[in-house]
Amino acid sequence: MEKKLWKGNEAVVEAAVRGGCNFFAGYPITPSTEALEYLSWRLPEVGGVFVQAENEIASINMVTGASVCGARALTATSGPGGSLKCEGLSYASRNAVPFVLLNVQRWGTGLGTLDSGQTDYFKETKGGGHGDYRNIVFAPASMQELVDMAYEAWDVAEKYRVVVTILSEAYLGQMMESVEMPEFKKPAERDWALDGTGKKGIGAYSRAIRGGDGTKVLGQTYETIKEEMQRWEEYGLEDADYVVVGFGLPGRISMEAVHKLREEGYKVGMIRPKLVWPYPVKAFEKVNPNVKGFISIESSDFGQMVEDVALAAKKTKRNAPVYLYAHGKGVPGVSTVAEFCKSVMNGEEKEVF
Amino acid sequence: MVKKLPEGLKSHQLCPGCGHGIILRLLDECFEELGIADNKIVALGVGCSCNANGILGGDDFQCAHGRAAAVATGMKLTRPNVCIVSYQGDGDAYVIGLNETLNAAYRNENITVITVNNANFAMTGGQMSWTTLPNQKTTTSVYGRNCDATGAPIHVPEIIANNFDVAYVARASVNDVKHINQAKKMIKEALTAQMNGEGYSLVEFLSGCPTNWHMTPAQANKHIEEAVIPEYPVGVFKERKAQ
Ligand SMILES: Cc1ncc(C[n+]2csc(CCOP(=O)(O)OP(=O)(O)O)c2C)c(N)n1
Ligand code: SF4
Repeated sequence: MEKKLWKGNEAVVEAAVRGGCNFFAGYPITPSTEALEYLSWRLPEVGGVFVQAENEIASINMVTGASVCGARALTATSGPGGSLKCEGLSYASRNAVPFVLLNVQRWGTGLGTLDSGQTDYFKETKGGGHGDYRNIVFAPASMQELVDMAYEAWDVAEKYRVVVTILSEAYLGQMMESVEMPEFKKPAERDWALDGTGKKGIGAYSRAIRGGDGTKVLGQTYETIKEEMQRWEEYGLEDADYVVVGFGLPGRISMEAVHKLREEGYKVGMIRPKLVWPYPVKAFEKVNPNVKGFISIESSDFGQMVEDVALAAKKTKRNAPVYLYAHGKGVPGVSTVAEFCKSVMNGEEKEVF
Repeated sequence: MVKKLPEGLKSHQLCPGCGHGIILRLLDECFEELGIADNKIVALGVGCSCNANGILGGDDFQCAHGRAAAVATGMKLTRPNVCIVSYQGDGDAYVIGLNETLNAAYRNENITVITVNNANFAMTGGQMSWTTLPNQKTTTSVYGRNCDATGAPIHVPEIIANNFDVAYVARASVNDVKHINQAKKMIKEALTAQMNGEGYSLVEFLSGCPTNWHMTPAQANKHIEEAVIPEYPVGVFKERKAQ
């Protein structure tokens, strides 16, 4: 199919619409606003519903109401808006309400900045709201991945009855790349959505997780997801002395840096998770058992994903030190990543785990 | 008049003399009499209104505290032909959820909001609500509500009726037969407005909470007549436009 140039925030929601998304509620916030603006005309054009809500709490609750009634519902936000969504995420998880959250991450705590970043990794992968729940979290690194993941998101959300988060980044949302946009697809009928008759409710599964054995049922779902949703891109793991791990744009840049280091003769490999929950632990099983170290490259301030790198290394018995390059605001350049890897290999960095 | 119990209606765990029970029965009777018992969804607030979960028949959904109007909005926009009703306490709809309540009314969403004003946060043990009467003792206003410090009782139906372009707004009471009969008519007006696509409707109910008011059910009903209604007048604040 023909490739066309698209802007990230528009490409992702167009792919969502083609994947069956027919309801959106949101509140403007940079750098996710183009998603809302685009859908304000695009959804009505294809017979869907668009609501500009009063804030992020209301929007996620509208999305909840729409989803329990059978819509393929989406909300999008960044930074502070993401905090307000957390209550809704927790309630959706409790009731097995499958919708999609697009988080176009902006860097920072509090009001933060409009810059790119990956500081919402913990929030999206470890819960964010109260209680004990997990969302499936896609971590796209290119426009095509953004599109493909948005297109698939509701199929996955409905299959497992969980919330799916697309963990985008400011730069990914704002930049342009050429992509192959998929055809419209017709979503499968939901056999559980509220329709007013009182006959279907929100389904036996939802009742089961709120019932006596609910924790067990939910736990089994999470274990199944962990088993079935292992996705990553890898390079040179079998003979690697050092393995770089990174997701999203820093992951994409790191992949380039790792290729460059290989050309220079360094035995470096790479794991780029395409989903960050569940974390691709199985990728680590392919790593050289005598690996000397893992290097987490991320645009957080104090290290977030690095903890999952350490846990995955432990789980797969790759007993090697774990190093962290926390770039903070923005996206590191290829040479920055390569230089950091060299200083690790020269013994100049202190491991964090 | 339906003499028999509406089919969907089940037994409850409400305190004796609680207004919620009467209101839920009225609501279920109206669903049945308007022929929408199998074409309605109730979005439930958090509070003693949660009890409706086991009482009302048919589709319902337990929302987060205060967010029912937003959930109902998403439901209605997805299922425009289904009657969508939120059922919320005063704390739920007028305190933590004031934002969602007013914004849904502001947009004139075609939903029906039923609020139960018992002048306190009953579920959590009787704390002060924005609807608590001046000088009323609650567990967080132990010397009586001091309106200079806390603000005065809030009149949300009046705020909505006087400021937003909505279809129908009323306040009802369930403290005696006369009021109960009037209340039922108001629910029907509100639901009919929605089913005709006229827009947002709200009915607030003045409702006794004998437990947290530390009264017998009879005392609570008398208290509504003597103290609550004078603060919160019963009546229609926004009539439906002539059809
Ligand atoms: C976010 C949140 N904050 C607080 C609570 C605790 N809570 C449950 S019900 C309630 C008050 C309910 O009062 P009201 O809406 O007036 O209903 P009533 O119980 O009086 O019928 C509170 C504060 C909660 N469930 N969620
Ligand atoms: S505490 Fe009050 S409102 Fe709640 S069930 Fe008892 S009487 Fe009703």
